[in-house]
Amino acid sequence: MDNPVMLAAGILGTTGASLRRAALSGAGGVVTKSVGVAPRDGHRGPTVVQVEGGLLNAMGLPNPSYRNFQEEIDIGREGGSPVVASIFGSGPDEFVEVAEGLDADGFELNLSCPHAERYGAEIGCEACNVEAITRAVKGSVSVPVWVKLTPNVADIVGLGLAAQRGGADGVVAINTLKAMAIDVESGRPILGNRFGGLSGPAIKPVAVRCVYDLACALDIPVIGVGGVATWQDAAEIIMAGAAGVQVGTALGRAEGYGIFRSIAEGLSNYLDRKEMALEELVGLARRFS
Amino acid sequence: MRPKSAEIVEIVRETASVRTLRFDLDFDPVPGQYLMVWIRGVDEVPMSISYRNGISVQLVGEATRAIFDLEVGDSLGLRGPLGNGFVLTGDKILLGGGGVGAAPLALLGEAAREKGMEISTLLGFRCCDDLLFRERFERIGDLVITTDDGSEGICGRASAGLSCLNPQEFDQIYLCGPEPMMADVIGRCRGMETKIQASIDRYFKCGMGICGSCAIDPSGIRVCVEGPVIRADRLAATEFGRYRRGPSGLKK
Repeated sequence: MDNPVMLAAGILGTTGASLRRAALSGAGGVVTKSVGVAPRDGHRGPTVVQVEGGLLNAMGLPNPSYRNFQEEIDIGREGGSPVVASIFGSGPDEFVEVAEGLDADGFELNLSCPHAERYGAEIGCEACNVEAITRAVKGSVSVPVWVKLTPNVADIVGLGLAAQRGGADGVVAINTLKAMAIDVESGRPILGNRFGGLSGPAIKPVAVRCVYDLACALDIPVIGVGGVATWQDAAEIIMAGAAGVQVGTALGRAEGYGIFRSIAEGLSNYLDRKEMALEELVGLARRFS
Repeated sequence: MRPKSAEIVEIVRETASVRTLRFDLDFDPVPGQYLMVWIRGVDEVPMSISYRNGISVQLVGEATRAIFDLEVGDSLGLRGPLGNGFVLTGDKILLGGGGVGAAPLALLGEAAREKGMEISTLLGFRCCDDLLFRERFERIGDLVITTDDGSEGICGRASAGLSCLNPQEFDQIYLCGPEPMMADVIGRCRGMETKIQASIDRYFKCGMGICGSCAIDPSGIRVCVEGPVIRADRLAATEFGRYRRGPSGLKK
C-alpha cells in the first residue's frame, strides 16, 4: 500500500465508481460496502441521524449480493489501490460462499455490524464464532483476511485473539458503538431500525483504547478505525498500535474525498518533521506502559 | 442535524397526483435544494422544495401515500435544505421541466424574476389535468406547454416544444423532470452543455454523501451532496439517461 490511510467499510463502497474515486483521491486501500449472499434493500429511513459528536446509522447491510458485485470490485481496482471486499453472512458457510464468489485483493469479515439481525455483531460477539468463521474463510481463499471486530463486548481482546487463532492476517477495530436517538417531538426512535451504531469523533477515544489493547495482545497487525478525520487522529490511533487507519464518517465533511490526501500528507509531513518512519510510530504509546 | 419537526399549515391539492404542503418553517432554500422528509414510522425520503416553506409531492409509493394521508396540524421531521441548488446566471434563461419537476423550477423562476432576468419556460405533462403551477410560470415570463395526449398546448414530449424555441439564445438552461426528457433536451442542445444545469433524481439514503447509494457511474459524483443540480457537461458519458440503481445497489 502506498499510504496507510484507507476507505472504511460501509462508506461509499456500494459501487466501483466510488471505490475508484476514493483510490484516485489518495486512499491507500479501499474496503467495499459489506456484501452478502442475497440482495438486500437495507432498513427503512431514516438510516442516519446526526447526533452530538458523531453520526448514528442503521443502514441494514444494503447490497446487491456477491453475484452482482465482481464488476464493482474490478472498476474499483482501476483506481490503483488494493480493493478489500467486506463480506457478511449468517455463519461459516455463507461467508465462504461469498468469499469464494469474489476475486478481491483481500477480505474483511464483517463480524461487527450492530444493527442487522442474524449478521454482524450478533454472531461476532462470540469468540467461538469469530474463530470458526475466520478459519473457514482462511481455508477457502489465498488473499489476506482481516476480521472487523465489535467494541460492544466486555473484552474485545478475546475476539481479537479468536480471530488470530482462526488464522486472520489482521484485525480491524472498531465498528460502531450501539446507540439510539429519540425524537423528542413524538417520542419515536428516529432511525427506521430504532437502534443503530455511533461513529465519528465521539468514538475515537474508544477506538484508541481498543486498538491499544488489541495491539498489546496480538501478534497480527491491527487496523485502526473510528472517528479518524485528521492526520492527528490518524497519528494517535497509529501510536496506539494500528498499522493502518480507515476513514469513514469523516467523508461526510465538506472536503469529501479530499480527506484521504489531507490525512496522508499531514501524516507524511509529521513523520518528516520527527525524522521517523511510519513503522516507528506504530504502537509508540506502549513505550510508556 | 436531527430532523426538525415542522407542522403542516396548509395542504393544496394541485392535481390528482400532486399535493403541496406548506409548513410553519421558512427553509430559506436555494432553489433546487431538497429536504429529507421523515414521515414518522414510515420512511425518510428526499423531496425538492417548491416554496420557501413548502414541498410539492407526487404520489409514487408508500412514503408519499403516507404524506397524502396527512392533514393540516400534523407534522413531519425535516432535514435540510440539503445539496447544491441551481446557480442563477445570465440575463435570458430557459426553464425546462416535466411533471412534478416543475416544482423547484417555479421557485427558481421567481428568484430569477426578482433579479430582473428574462424567463421562458417549457413544461411537459401527460395531459391537461396534470398541469402544475401554470399561473406561477405565466406570471414570470413566457410559458410553452406540451402534453403527451395533446389535451393542452403542443402535442408531444417536452422536447417537441423545444422546436418553437431557439435554445442557443439563452444564457442558461435549467432542467428538472423525468430523466429521459432531460437527456433528450441536453442531446438537442449540443455544445451548450456548460450552460445547462439539471436536477438529478437518484435513490438517496443518507443525504450527506457517505452511503454511496446515489453515486453516478463512472465518475462517482454523489448526487445528494454534489448535486442534485449538476452541470450537463459533467453528465456526459455517464449512466445519466441510461440507468440508475435501486436501494440494494442493483442497476435498473
